[in-house]
Amino acid sequence: MDSEHDKQQYAAGARPVLEGPDIARVLTRIAHEIVERAKGADDVVLLGIPTRGVFLARRLADKLAEITGRKIPVGSLDITMYRDDLRMHPPRALARTEIPGDGIDGRLVVLVDDVLFSGRTIRAALDALNDIGRPRAVQLAVLVDRGHRELPIRADYVGKNLPTSLRETVKVQLAEEDGRDTVLLGAKRISPDAQQ
Amino acid sequence: MQRHLISAADLTRDDAVLILDTAEEMARVADRPIKKLPTLRGRTVVNLFFEDSTRTRISFEAAEKRLSADVINFTAKGSSVSKGESLKDTAQTLEAMGVDAVVIRHGASGAPYRLATSGWIDAAVINAGDGTHQHPTQALLDAFTMRRRLVGRDAGIGQDLAGKRITIVGDVLHSRVARSNVDLLHTLGAEVTLVAPPTLVPVGVGTWPCEVSYDLDSTLAKSDAVMMLRVQRERMNAAFFPTEREYSRRYGLDGERMAKMPEHAIVMHPGPMVRGMEITAEVADSDRCTVVEQVANGVSIRMAVLYLLLGGNEPAVTHTRTEEK
Repeated sequence: MDSEHDKQQYAAGARPVLEGPDIARVLTRIAHEIVERAKGADDVVLLGIPTRGVFLARRLADKLAEITGRKIPVGSLDITMYRDDLRMHPPRALARTEIPGDGIDGRLVVLVDDVLFSGRTIRAALDALNDIGRPRAVQLAVLVDRGHRELPIRADYVGKNLPTSLRETVKVQLAEEDGRDTVLLGAKRISPDAQQ
Repeated sequence: MQRHLISAADLTRDDAVLILDTAEEMARVADRPIKKLPTLRGRTVVNLFFEDSTRTRISFEAAEKRLSADVINFTAKGSSVSKGESLKDTAQTLEAMGVDAVVIRHGASGAPYRLATSGWIDAAVINAGDGTHQHPTQALLDAFTMRRRLVGRDAGIGQDLAGKRITIVGDVLHSRVARSNVDLLHTLGAEVTLVAPPTLVPVGVGTWPCEVSYDLDSTLAKSDAVMMLRVQRERMNAAFFPTEREYSRRYGLDGERMAKMPEHAIVMHPGPMVRGMEITAEVADSDRCTVVEQVANGVSIRMAVLYLLLGGNEPAVTHTRTEEK
């Protein structure tokens, strides 16, 4: 056990609501749901929203490949330049946008993000998609839906619905970036950028 | 708060790498069917060109339009400037119109600095070339081209040009491109050698962070990139070398000289090229010559600079050094 690390997290008032095995199970379920709704995932393209959405998208693609026996195209979609709060902060460094070779025209694009909060990130992602091509349909998969929507947006696939207060913070940690898989619910909101 | 790009010397290593990394993402926009981002929607940028430069102006204009800024082009010819209006009056006129950024090209060294620091105008000032002083976005696009070719497109992210050997050849005296490149390449960790006839080496070059040589042939074999400069006859008020032929023989780049360069080495030129004098057609048209790439990269770099200076409520580029001076 990485007990020292855990202690630090608990000391900061954050408690885990999803652990590694839960996250794996949740992603397996979402993968099955995608296959079921898309009737085989023939034309599915997964686009992760950096940073953690990209790792989740890759994991989902692996699971979809296991289920369907086919390779599922996966990419990333940086939404920084489409944000509606650009002029409220200093410009951020851009993350990578990578669209799979065959593009997204006529495909079913599943956007993947870690936390669904105000919905503004997804609105920006829809704008960004608009400039890149014309998908047949766009769906949204998130690991955690914490509520407090500011726009009429909902997710098609939700790992866990997590009713939160605005004074709480939801932090997703993934092995690829943070060394371990966990979703932490904190008592205090650290920064509005920690979740979107 | 500094929010201008006046000199390549103002950029820290981290700022420069941030601009190059951002430009790498901007370059991807150029590959899309819709080459447009909403980032600077509602911002007004003026291209204030007191000196002719179609290439640089078009490059800035393309960058501004791809970021959805409103673009106003101002050329001194036929404007009130030719009737005797001062830079101050022009600046105040632009200020009154609510301009967010001014991209300025001026024949006098220091004009952009004056515009940025005199308090005449609130907008961000981007130097698009002033006299024989600086052309920072040119230096950035050159560094970007070198990083892509010498380090790699994806492998280059976050990297500088540490240990790369760059040779800059030709009319250093009149070249703002040479000055900007020496400053930026030094910041990025590259070793720069200037090669020029003694008459075209500026006074005080000893204080620049680079080597100086008068012999092109001896430097070629150890260069990762050779940058040819244009001989700026329009700035020459005296005889700096006997004949074009002699200049070409000693400092021109032809196929024979290019063969002395290492396999991976590239040939660069800020354009416009004078074929036959500083560069032969054989070299200019070879795969190793990056002139056309440099033009494409210029748009990406200018998009990155505009985004980082104007995209948010304060610039992401820090610029501490000018304030220290």
